[in-house]
Amino acid sequence: MILIDALLSGVTLGGMYALIAMGLTLQYGVARIMNLSYGEFLIAAAFLAFWFFTGLGVNPPAGLLLVVPLAFLVNWAIYRALLTWLVARAKTRAALEVDSILATFGLLFVIQGIALVAFGGAYYSYSYLAVPVSVLGSTIAANRLVALAAAAVIGGGLYLVMTRTRLGTALRAVAVDPVAAQLVAIDIRAAAAFAFALGGGLVAAGGVLVSMFLTFSATMGVLFTMKALIVVIMGGVGNLMGCLVAGLLLGLAETLVSRFVDPGLTLAATFTLFLGILLWRPAGLFGKAAR
Amino acid sequence: MTFLPLIPATLLVAALATLPLYADGYCLSLSLSLLNYTVLATAWAMFSGPTRYVSLATVAFFGIGAYSVAVLGEVLPWPLVLLIAAAVGGAVALLVGLSTLRLSGVYFVVFTFGLAELIRQLVTWYEVNVTRALGRYVFVDVTQAQIYWQMLALATLVFLTGWLVGRSRLGFALRIIGDDETVAPHVGIDITIVKVALFALSAVFMTLAGAIMAPRWTYIDPAIAFNPMVSFQVLIMALLGGAGRLYGPLLGVIPLTLLFEFLIARFPNHFSIILGLVFLVIVYLVPNGVAGLTARRAAR
Amino acid sequence: MKHGLTGLLAGLLAGAALTALPALAQESVKIGWAISKTGPNAGGATISLIPNYEMWVKEINAAGGLKLGDKRLPITVVEYDDRSSSEEAVRAVERLINQDKVDFLLAPWGTGVNLAVGPVFAKAGYPQLATTAVNERAVELGKRWPNSFWFLGQGSAGAGALVEVLTNLRKDGKIGNTVAMVSVADGFGIDLSSAGRPLIEKAGFKLVYDKSYPVGTQDMAPIVTEVQRANPDVFVAFSYPPDTLGLTEQSRLLGFNPKVFYTGVGTAFPLYKQRFGANAQGVMGIGGWDASRPELQDYFKRHVAFANREPDRWASPITYAALQMLQQAIERVGRVDRAAVVKELQTGSFETIVGTMKMKDNIPTNLWWVGQWQDGEFYGIAPTTNQGARAPLFPKPAWVAQ
Repeated sequence: MILIDALLSGVTLGGMYALIAMGLTLQYGVARIMNLSYGEFLIAAAFLAFWFFTGLGVNPPAGLLLVVPLAFLVNWAIYRALLTWLVARAKTRAALEVDSILATFGLLFVIQGIALVAFGGAYYSYSYLAVPVSVLGSTIAANRLVALAAAAVIGGGLYLVMTRTRLGTALRAVAVDPVAAQLVAIDIRAAAAFAFALGGGLVAAGGVLVSMFLTFSATMGVLFTMKALIVVIMGGVGNLMGCLVAGLLLGLAETLVSRFVDPGLTLAATFTLFLGILLWRPAGLFGKAAR
Repeated sequence: MTFLPLIPATLLVAALATLPLYADGYCLSLSLSLLNYTVLATAWAMFSGPTRYVSLATVAFFGIGAYSVAVLGEVLPWPLVLLIAAAVGGAVALLVGLSTLRLSGVYFVVFTFGLAELIRQLVTWYEVNVTRALGRYVFVDVTQAQIYWQMLALATLVFLTGWLVGRSRLGFALRIIGDDETVAPHVGIDITIVKVALFALSAVFMTLAGAIMAPRWTYIDPAIAFNPMVSFQVLIMALLGGAGRLYGPLLGVIPLTLLFEFLIARFPNHFSIILGLVFLVIVYLVPNGVAGLTARRAAR
Repeated sequence: MKHGLTGLLAGLLAGAALTALPALAQESVKIGWAISKTGPNAGGATISLIPNYEMWVKEINAAGGLKLGDKRLPITVVEYDDRSSSEEAVRAVERLINQDKVDFLLAPWGTGVNLAVGPVFAKAGYPQLATTAVNERAVELGKRWPNSFWFLGQGSAGAGALVEVLTNLRKDGKIGNTVAMVSVADGFGIDLSSAGRPLIEKAGFKLVYDKSYPVGTQDMAPIVTEVQRANPDVFVAFSYPPDTLGLTEQSRLLGFNPKVFYTGVGTAFPLYKQRFGANAQGVMGIGGWDASRPELQDYFKRHVAFANREPDRWASPITYAALQMLQQAIERVGRVDRAAVVKELQTGSFETIVGTMKMKDNIPTNLWWVGQWQDGEFYGIAPTTNQGARAPLFPKPAWVAQ
């Protein structure tokens, strides 16, 4: 009973981690952009959802239909306007990594600054679907279940797209070897832009969903970036399944330690788990060794 | 081997050392901040430049230094405190270095970030559950000028070390590793030892910087000592200046620190937006870091 | 070279001597502050400090300025963003003092940052009215830096007031002996829980749960579930705003209904009421005010008109009251004489929105430590000796669906 309780809340938390990390694994794995402003997009989406809900009376799931396409377009435009230039300029993958870190670091400040001007630095929170639901005899918030379900649907859907469709195969090909991908007539620029935009859409979906139950402020973006980065790295860059498994592992570790050891050690435990896994598998759980 | 560059460098250091005699508190404070980031960024580039391993563990060592002072500052003589801090920082770096250097690329980056956060969490947990007080008060009797002189000495030491390393066998080995890691073993270089040694050396400097800065804040808690923004800022400064040369990071530290300072004063409410835009412009216009730019000018 | 340097030094010294003289033709009073507009501290600073600082300046200038002698001088402001970093804050304050040569400084946000800038304020002799810093060594600091005033006082006083409330409830036979305590692993949470632990036990209560959690934890399900299993009469959380909301939300979801429900920073925020509506009823938290005071009601209206939102009911009124004290002290002294202003703040008595303020050991004597949401207002209930202390509403009503 206690165990089911803990496992269930661990899975919900882990699902949330996976949800917020899936976009990054696409952006970094396929588009090769190490996006430090990732979390700012999550916060921006959360603010939009907040504004839709409290200002216009549009509930968050309906808000998804507006926010996600918008985020897709914005991210596509950002890739086209700002990042293609860097990609074209970079001679090596390492050079692109450095340039994208620097550029998205600038972007981070711009987006955060806009959010600060628009919403100020205060905390925001609203209540939607905050009703208890009983699952297997333990109680859980409906909004968290919705987020978990969305993570499963999005993750599963993406997995199918990536493995079963031509588009997905193209994206994976670009992720594995951009040069060879070109040889088989894949337009890697278009594929990368698409992957980056898709990642942007995913993180926006994550932002809308977590805004239902997390308190957020304009300056919190970087926390989500780092969390997502850890999930992505632990799972193996560019691997959706890895993302899901790593997210779940982290969520479970956090909840189990909190319940059975000491809530003060939750973060220490997740970082230990992360570091341990990297020492055991240097390229993440599902990653191929880099060399 | 020529010692010629040492002459102007000595003069420069001597000139800088007189600063506390006539500068006001703010000017001194700004110079101290410049020196602090110079030490951190140069030490960072000492390891990360040639090996191309991007480390986000800067603040882990900086924080270890600060905490050594918080714990020992009031009970031991100052030089001994610094010595212990350096030893702890170096030891942790050796341990980490030995266990992590088989990670590559972004895995190493995020690993080092996770490491800094883990240390912060463990320190927090220890303070909460053992000492039962989270913050520590540092009442070490030291003036701002003394902190400045210590930091200047440390900066001089960093540059001297970097310069000597660049001229030694170690430096030669590093350049080979940076150029081609698979070739290195074939020319008789033990990559692991070289990399770990350098990682520890750079960590010792970062630790000392943290130890010297700590008395400035009176109060230290894990969030202050292990603030991850320090790691990011150092990384950005070093990359922007150019991590490939000894003086590269300096060329990132000075303009960026002054830029931050200028923007924060002129646009306290739109600081983030303008900083971000300026940053983007710099990234697009200065592709290989400031050092790369000047080197290209010189080559022309 | 040597001659030049000496000359330079002499010139600088002469310049310093000149600026040290009271400026004869002063046309405005320059006030500076460095505050966290970005970074992790921005959330708190935006709610409790920034609107009050800005509103105070605007009101004084609307009235013609600060009254120095027989003249009214307007306030001009220099402000910086300390980016939530101690080091940046130290530098910004030094810049305000040395470059901008401000006449007075307002304090930054948070315990750590206020301690970091303490030596700089002290060395230059500027009064430091820290209105958002709780720390156990406040008395000692007030002695070390006589110019520093710690308006939120010491954590042990806060824990003591809470224990007083609990002891009274037990005396009336309303609650039993069991207390569950959680605290955020940061300065505030640990100061209060370390001070509270012995007091709670000394008062004969039993701690059935006593844990801390890292800053930033928002998933409170495991903690609240464990606490609920321990089935305490009293739940005490020394928490930060996001976790305060998280703990309340989770308790509501799980139907965890202790007789006394107390949460930390953020309970007194208008956000809390807005988020939980009727469920806020009966929740206790840190802070509180005597909402029946007409001065506070008026302040409330002005704050809403100025900042477009309600003030929080803990640090906001105290911050504004501290500013009123500063204004009165400056006007009583009648000139920009910081040492005299410090002395006046230490010894004088001031009429403010929260009542008569007087400092003892550089800490105000009449702070509210425990407040409670009662019918949409967060009233102060302890220390019970405070004027206007309300009786606690008991028991806290069970959570309702929202």
